[in-house]
Amino acid sequence: MITRRLLLGATTALAMMTTGAIAQDKMYVPLISKGFQHQFWQAVKAGADKAAAEFNVEVTFEGPETEAQVDKQIEMLTTALSKKPAAIGFAALDSQAAIPLLRKAKEAGIPVVAFDSGVDSDIPVATAATSNVAAAALAANKMSEIIGGSGKVAVIAHDQTSRTGIDRTEGFVNEIKAKHPGIQIVAVEVGGGDHLKSAEITKTLLAANPDLKGLFATNEGGAIGMVQGVQEAKAKVTIIGYDSGKAQKDAIRSGLMAGAITQNPVGIGYETVKAAVAAAKGQSVAKDIDTGFFWYDSSNIDKPEIAAVLYD
Amino acid sequence: MSLTKLKPSGSTLQKALAFGSLIALVLIFSFLSENFRTLSNMINILQATSVIGVLAVSATIVIITGGIDLSVGTAMTFTAVTAGMLLTWLGLPIPLGVIGAILMGALTGLASGFFITKMRIPPFIATLGMMLVLKGLSLIFTGTKPIYFNDSPGFTEIASGSLVGLLVPAFPLPNGVLILFAVAAIVGWILNRTALGRYTYAVGSNEEATRLSGVNIDAWKMGIYALAGAVTGVAGILIASRLNSAQPALGQGYELEAIAAVVIGGTSLTGGRGTILGTIIGALIMSVLTNGLRILSVAPEWQIVATGFIIIGAVYADMLRKKT
Repeated sequence: MITRRLLLGATTALAMMTTGAIAQDKMYVPLISKGFQHQFWQAVKAGADKAAAEFNVEVTFEGPETEAQVDKQIEMLTTALSKKPAAIGFAALDSQAAIPLLRKAKEAGIPVVAFDSGVDSDIPVATAATSNVAAAALAANKMSEIIGGSGKVAVIAHDQTSRTGIDRTEGFVNEIKAKHPGIQIVAVEVGGGDHLKSAEITKTLLAANPDLKGLFATNEGGAIGMVQGVQEAKAKVTIIGYDSGKAQKDAIRSGLMAGAITQNPVGIGYETVKAAVAAAKGQSVAKDIDTGFFWYDSSNIDKPEIAAVLYD
Repeated sequence: MSLTKLKPSGSTLQKALAFGSLIALVLIFSFLSENFRTLSNMINILQATSVIGVLAVSATIVIITGGIDLSVGTAMTFTAVTAGMLLTWLGLPIPLGVIGAILMGALTGLASGFFITKMRIPPFIATLGMMLVLKGLSLIFTGTKPIYFNDSPGFTEIASGSLVGLLVPAFPLPNGVLILFAVAAIVGWILNRTALGRYTYAVGSNEEATRLSGVNIDAWKMGIYALAGAVTGVAGILIASRLNSAQPALGQGYELEAIAAVVIGGTSLTGGRGTILGTIIGALIMSVLTNGLRILSVAPEWQIVATGFIIIGAVYADMLRKKT
């Protein structure tokens, strides 16, 4: 605990020093993300940097190491607020946990733009996010189309507590239940986005259900593990993934994966900063900014409008 | 007291107990599901054990000395990244990448050993520090992007190919499993038949007595940590080969699975007692349990609960045995 307090103290001290260093005429907009290691977040950051250059504002981007570290993210938000930014971008890991801090931001007159997933509160002036429920429902419809409307399918979710984990899983499962009665969902497993674990889960699912026809992964790590597991089991199964990354793109080109849903991560980063700047200037912004999603497969993966939103 | 007599003290019963639990679990799951008892699923279980099994062997070596190594998970990732840099970035041939990764593993172990012996930092803290250092370095060196092995065809064969399958097509046992068994046999031999092994047990039983009998504890301990690190390097090669990539963000959390396998296998966390065979059985128990519960479609939340209770139960059984 001592080390943690020291660390916190050091970060706050550092934060105070850097605040002084930032030129006063440039608007400062920190983005607190859910992570930074995954390529998805790097793409969001790229979009934010693009907007920063365009609107001539100072943007910082940080996030905890794993999507379970709600406490770390709260610390980051606290530090960011203490720097008195012009506006703040926030992708909540746990929207309830952050509400007291967001209220403080509101009292201090700092507009908050939620990104990637919404916050259950009316404090954010705007939310720039993918509709994960609609995107996963599209995956369900594509699955049904490819496997011919009947058979067993399974889902490997990246987690069962975050908004995206819940929305993508439920979006897929509910769409299947509502519109495709011939399809039976035999399992919803949790792979934590870990490639190796997702590969093992896939092989177990195939062993438990030799007649499995389809698999849906709710994020990149899960999808790559799924491809590996199906390959090792030498099974013939329709795989639908989520997001992109080089391994997933390769799997779609080679036909191992039927296709995937891609969000528009660059767009999420860009729209967040754009809305934050507008709000800081007192202009009105749209409450819900749908940054969009696309289905991509081997037929359209190289088309410019798709290639632009995919990342390696 | 002659050091040569310091052998793993009577762990036969513990091994029998652990082995009995393993067989019982396999029988129960086989009875409950016909999909569990297939040859291909048994091969799946063995393959799922390969990476964690090798890591657990590494953890066993350190735990026998009475220490702990929390860095095995991220050290594994770091050695995988090393292999990626050597093979994909520098274009070296596969054997050099493998040797480089193992050497890098030994080097990280040596560093931990140095912190523990020369700087007197407790193993828990030294390896906790190393865990973070290596995790950070993996992310820095790769720029947080995975390194792929597409330019080294044949690299995936190390873990996923099957020499056995070439000879007996009906039994495609992946090479990763053979490597696990080979590593276990070599480390088992080192622990039982060499001076390094004898000192590993001696340090764990009574470090002060060993020091007073004139043994250069620091040097041997650094050697022990280096050996454990080299074994971690093998795990790094296995996971990189399996995933055809070095994933810089993976690895944290694997150390706890490895340590769980070690204690289920009857190695005492207080040191001086434990065997590699026990650890392999412990790792297999974990894999069988995970696989079986999934095949039975037990909810993921309950799978975690069940695994927790198995760890507690296994260690409790071990303590009961020690009392009698």
